[in-house]
Amino acid sequence: MSSTLIERVLPEKRALTTKPRPSDVAFRTVLNVMSYSSLLILAAIGGFLAFRGFGAFKENGFGFITHAEWSSIVGDNGKEVSSFGMGAMITGTLIIATIALFIGVPLSVLTALFLTFYAPERLKRALVTVVDLMASFPSILYGIWGFIVLAPMATYWAKLVYKYLGWIPFLSVPSPAFDRSPFLAGIVLSIMIIPIVTSVSREIFAQTPLERIQAAYALGATRWGMIRAVALPFGASGVVGGAMLGLGRALGETVAVYSVLNIVFKINWHILYGYGGNIASMIVQKFGEASFTEKKALLAAGFVLFVMTLLVNMVANTVVSRAVKSGK
Amino acid sequence: MATTTVLPRKPWKATKADLFPVFGALALAAILDFVVVAVTPMKGKIAYVLLFFIFGAGFQMALKWRNLGKRAAIDSLAGSVAIAGATIAFTPVLSLLATTIVKGAKGLYPGFFFHDMSVANYQSPLNQGGVIQAIVGTLYLIILATLISLPLSVLTALYLTEIRGKASGFIQFLVQAMSGIPSVVAGIFIYSALLLTTSLRGSTIMAALALAILMIPTVTRTAQEVLLLVPQDLREAGLALGATQWKTVATIVVPAARNGLITAVILGVARIAGETAPLLFTLGVSNKINWNPFSGGQSALPYYVWSGLGDGTELGIDRAWSGILVLLMLVLTLFVVARVFGTRKVKIK
Repeated sequence: MSSTLIERVLPEKRALTTKPRPSDVAFRTVLNVMSYSSLLILAAIGGFLAFRGFGAFKENGFGFITHAEWSSIVGDNGKEVSSFGMGAMITGTLIIATIALFIGVPLSVLTALFLTFYAPERLKRALVTVVDLMASFPSILYGIWGFIVLAPMATYWAKLVYKYLGWIPFLSVPSPAFDRSPFLAGIVLSIMIIPIVTSVSREIFAQTPLERIQAAYALGATRWGMIRAVALPFGASGVVGGAMLGLGRALGETVAVYSVLNIVFKINWHILYGYGGNIASMIVQKFGEASFTEKKALLAAGFVLFVMTLLVNMVANTVVSRAVKSGK
Repeated sequence: MATTTVLPRKPWKATKADLFPVFGALALAAILDFVVVAVTPMKGKIAYVLLFFIFGAGFQMALKWRNLGKRAAIDSLAGSVAIAGATIAFTPVLSLLATTIVKGAKGLYPGFFFHDMSVANYQSPLNQGGVIQAIVGTLYLIILATLISLPLSVLTALYLTEIRGKASGFIQFLVQAMSGIPSVVAGIFIYSALLLTTSLRGSTIMAALALAILMIPTVTRTAQEVLLLVPQDLREAGLALGATQWKTVATIVVPAARNGLITAVILGVARIAGETAPLLFTLGVSNKINWNPFSGGQSALPYYVWSGLGDGTELGIDRAWSGILVLLMLVLTLFVVARVFGTRKVKIK
C-alpha cells in the first residue's frame, strides 16, 4: 500500500547524461555566433573603407600619405584632375595630439594623485563623479565652448608664449596670426582627454598595495616620498596606458577640433600659427561639396584614421589590462 | 557616581595652532598677490593665479622648512603642485556648465520646446522656432540605436561571462578595440556601405546604425561588469536544481542583474546622445518633425547645434547655445538616472 503511494509521488526516472539539452545547444550556438559581431563590424568598417578608397590609394600611391596637397579641379573638357595627399593632415593630427598629451597628461596625473592620496574622502567621491560627468559631455559642447570662450584666451596665451619663448623654432610664427591655431585645438583636446587619463591613472594608483605604502611611511617617508618611491613606480605602466587611450581619443576627435581649427592643406610646424591639419575634421569639411572621386579619397582618408586609432587603442588596451592585472 | 565617557582622541589631527600658520600664510600670499599685481607691470588673471600659487606654495614651504626641515618642505611643495594641477583640471567644467546655462537661457522660451524650424530660420528673432523636431529626432535615434545594439551587446556580454569560451580573450580585445573607433569613422562607414553607391538617402535608421556601432562597446563592457557581479552561487544553485543553462541565465542571472543592465543601456545612450560627426553623413536634413524613421531626412539636437554654429551669425550661435543647453540637460538626466540605478547594480530578491 505505502509503496504504491511513493511510486506515484516520484517523478519519472530520467537517464543520467552529460548531453546538453536542445535549448542549451541553441543558447550556446547563438551566443557563440553573436559574440563574433564585434569582429564582423570591425572587419566591415576596415573592408568597406579600404575597398571604396582603393582608387585613391592606387592613383596617388605612397604620396597619399606623404604629399600635402589636396585638390580636385574639373577642367574645361569636363575631366576631373585630382591629386590627393594627406601629409599635412597626418602631421597636423599628430602635432595637435602631442600638444593635447603634453598639457593633458601631467594635469591628469596630478589630479589622479590628488584624488588618491590627498583629497578627503567626501571631496574625492564628489570629484570622481565630476570626472565621469566630464567624460559624458558631448563633444560639440567642447567645440562651441572652445570657439566662443576659450579661443580669445588661447590667442592671448599664444601671444604671451610667443613673446617670451618665440626663439624656440616651433614656437615662432611667420607672421602675427594666432587665431584658430593647433595650439588652441590642442588645449581643447587636452581638456577632453583629462577624464579618461585621470580615471585610468586613478584606478591604478588606488591599487597600490597598502603594505608597501605603510612600509614607506614606517621607514619615515613623507607623503611625497611615498608617492615617488611606491605609487609612481607601481602606477607608471597604467599611466602610460591611460595616456595612450587619451591619444587614441585625441586622434579621432572630430567636431571639437573642426570648430576651433583653421584647416589648411600645408604642413605647419609652428604650433602657435593660425592654421593646421586634422584628418577627422578635414573629412567633415570636404565631404559636403565633394565629387564622387573626392568622396572616395575622403573614405580612404577615413581608412587611414581608422587604422591609426585602432593600432593606438589596441596597444593602449594591452598596456592597461597588463597593468591592472599585475596590480592584483 | 558620575560616569565619564572617554572620547577617542585623534592626536594626528591638525590642531588650531597647527592650522593658523597655514591659513595665515595663504592670506598673506593673497594680500601680497594683489599688491604685486597692482605695483608691477604684470597684469591679468594669469598673473593673479600664478603669483598666488608661487607665494602660497613658497610660504608653506618656508614654514615647513623652519619647523620640520628640508624633506617636509619638498613634501609641502609636491602637495601644492598636486592641488594646483587638480584645480586647473577641474576649472573647465565650471566654465563649461556656467557658460552653457548663461548663454543657453537667453534663447529659451516655452515655444522653444513646441515649435519646429519650418516657421523660422537661424537668423529669425529668438522667440520664433524651436527644437521639437530635433528632440523627436534624437529620441528616435536613441530608441533605434538601442534596439539595434542591445541584443548584440548583451549576447556578447553573456558569451564573455556565461560561456567563457576559448575566444573570450580575443572577443574582449575586439570589444575594447571597438570602443576606440572615432565617431566620424562610424559615420563614413555607414555612408560608404549603404549610401554611396545606392539610391538610399540619409535617414533616421542610417544614423541609428552608425550610432549603434559606437554604443555597442559601452553597453557590452558595462553589461559584462554587472553580470560578473551576480554571485556564482546563484548559477550553481540553478544548475543544481536541474535547470538547463539557458533557464538559469534567463530566469536567474539576467533578472538578478536587471538594474545593472538598465545602467548599461543608459550609459550607452549617454555616450551617443551628443554625437554629432556620424549624423553629418547619415541623417539627412529636416526642419520639421519626420515621423518616418526609414525615409526622409531627420533632425537631432547635436545637429541643430552644429547648424547654428555653422550659421555663424550671432542669432545662430545663440540658438546653438540653447540647443546645447537642452542636450546637456538630457545627458545630465541620463547621467543621474544611471547613477541611481548603478548604486544597486545587482539586486537579489
